[in-house]
Amino acid sequence: MTAKPPFLPRDRNWHPPAFAPAYNSSRLRSPRQALLSLPTTPSEEAGPVFGHSLIGQLDHDLLHNYATAGESAIGPRILVHGQVRDQSGRPLPHTLVEIWQANSGGRYRHQKESYIAALDANFGGCGRCLTDSEGHYRFITVQPGPYPWPNGPNSWRPAHIHFSLFGEAFAQRLITQMYFEGDPLIWECPIVTSIPQREAIESLIATLDLAETLPMDMIAWRFDITLRGRAQTWFENRAEGL
Amino acid sequence: MTGSEIKLQESPSQTAGPYVHIGCLPIASGIEGVYSEDPGSRMINEATKGERIKIEGCVYDGEAVAVTDAIIEVWQADSMGNYPVEKPSNDTFSGWGRVACNQDSGEFEIETIRPGAVAFDEGRLQAPHITLWIVARGINVGLHTRLYFADEDLANANDPVLSQIDPASRAQTLIAENRGAGCYRFEIYLQGDRETVFFDI
Repeated sequence: MTAKPPFLPRDRNWHPPAFAPAYNSSRLRSPRQALLSLPTTPSEEAGPVFGHSLIGQLDHDLLHNYATAGESAIGPRILVHGQVRDQSGRPLPHTLVEIWQANSGGRYRHQKESYIAALDANFGGCGRCLTDSEGHYRFITVQPGPYPWPNGPNSWRPAHIHFSLFGEAFAQRLITQMYFEGDPLIWECPIVTSIPQREAIESLIATLDLAETLPMDMIAWRFDITLRGRAQTWFENRAEGL
Repeated sequence: MTGSEIKLQESPSQTAGPYVHIGCLPIASGIEGVYSEDPGSRMINEATKGERIKIEGCVYDGEAVAVTDAIIEVWQADSMGNYPVEKPSNDTFSGWGRVACNQDSGEFEIETIRPGAVAFDEGRLQAPHITLWIVARGINVGLHTRLYFADEDLANANDPVLSQIDPASRAQTLIAENRGAGCYRFEIYLQGDRETVFFDI
């Protein structure tokens, strides 16, 4: 077996900078020295593997995975799905996707959370799944609410779902957030706009997916995710006759 | 041009936020009954081969105040220096773990095994090390660093990654202090005079 090629360096102009002045929390938590840029080594070119035995039947279903039997979380029922690929467009199968979110009132179930919106006794706010053989994932949940946060005098987070992705190598490890098409708060949020390029922000906005919507049941949102790719895929492509 | 067939940009990173525990360590954050165990919370069991070690430490911000909402992920080789690739090499060591910093003190504790020396390229080895990945409110892109061991002087001196740190004195920020009896102390400074070396790797 020949070694796989190293991973492409991250495009640091595409990601948010460590220090984004409008996002107060980044001020004291941003390294000021340059990151040490190195080609990936075997330590980053491998990554943890998660088996199907890890995943419970309701892990992907946030409407029910914390709810009392026969009950359900309160809020608009939504389906969130998409495909996880690398930068060459190759689907990433059987990779762990974890999510967490506020309830439909914008309240997180967390000891440090103090927003006055009500908790939902039937909503925990976490979920996970493995992508299928084609890299697809699928969650069922409630539409999270927007909520205020102590950044400026009147700061509101757009509705969002946090995503944690593993890929097939630790070099690909990523945490990001998914937003909802049409939410006017997206463009007001300093966490979102810590990302310098509009096109990059747009890639985090899920789009309404009427084709996958379940009639009389739930609206579907599509959110595709791209993880780092390897520097060369040319030989793989040639093997396929390109 | 031969080479990359890169068609897509990586999804941009966003902060894990202050409530990352809900998704990553739900049981520790008080959300019971969804998962049977917090992912990565137990790295070793009786059958795991290798010398037991404990790593304790703390993450500090630019004013040297402990960060109490961070989560640290651990990724390391087994005692022989191998990463479990393709499939778990055995059921006893996956190489991956996840810990939360204490929500009052900021202290963290990792119970694992001492990793072996890992391959670098043909003929060269990397000194035994543990990859750490730190996320928290205010961290826009997860921070990737490495922990090396103070009692591996020779291996550290020849390590192909440590040797690229400039100025060389900053390499000290990656050396965990040996507290004896298999216990190590590793302080992570996000900013300031003692800022830890973070990698773009």
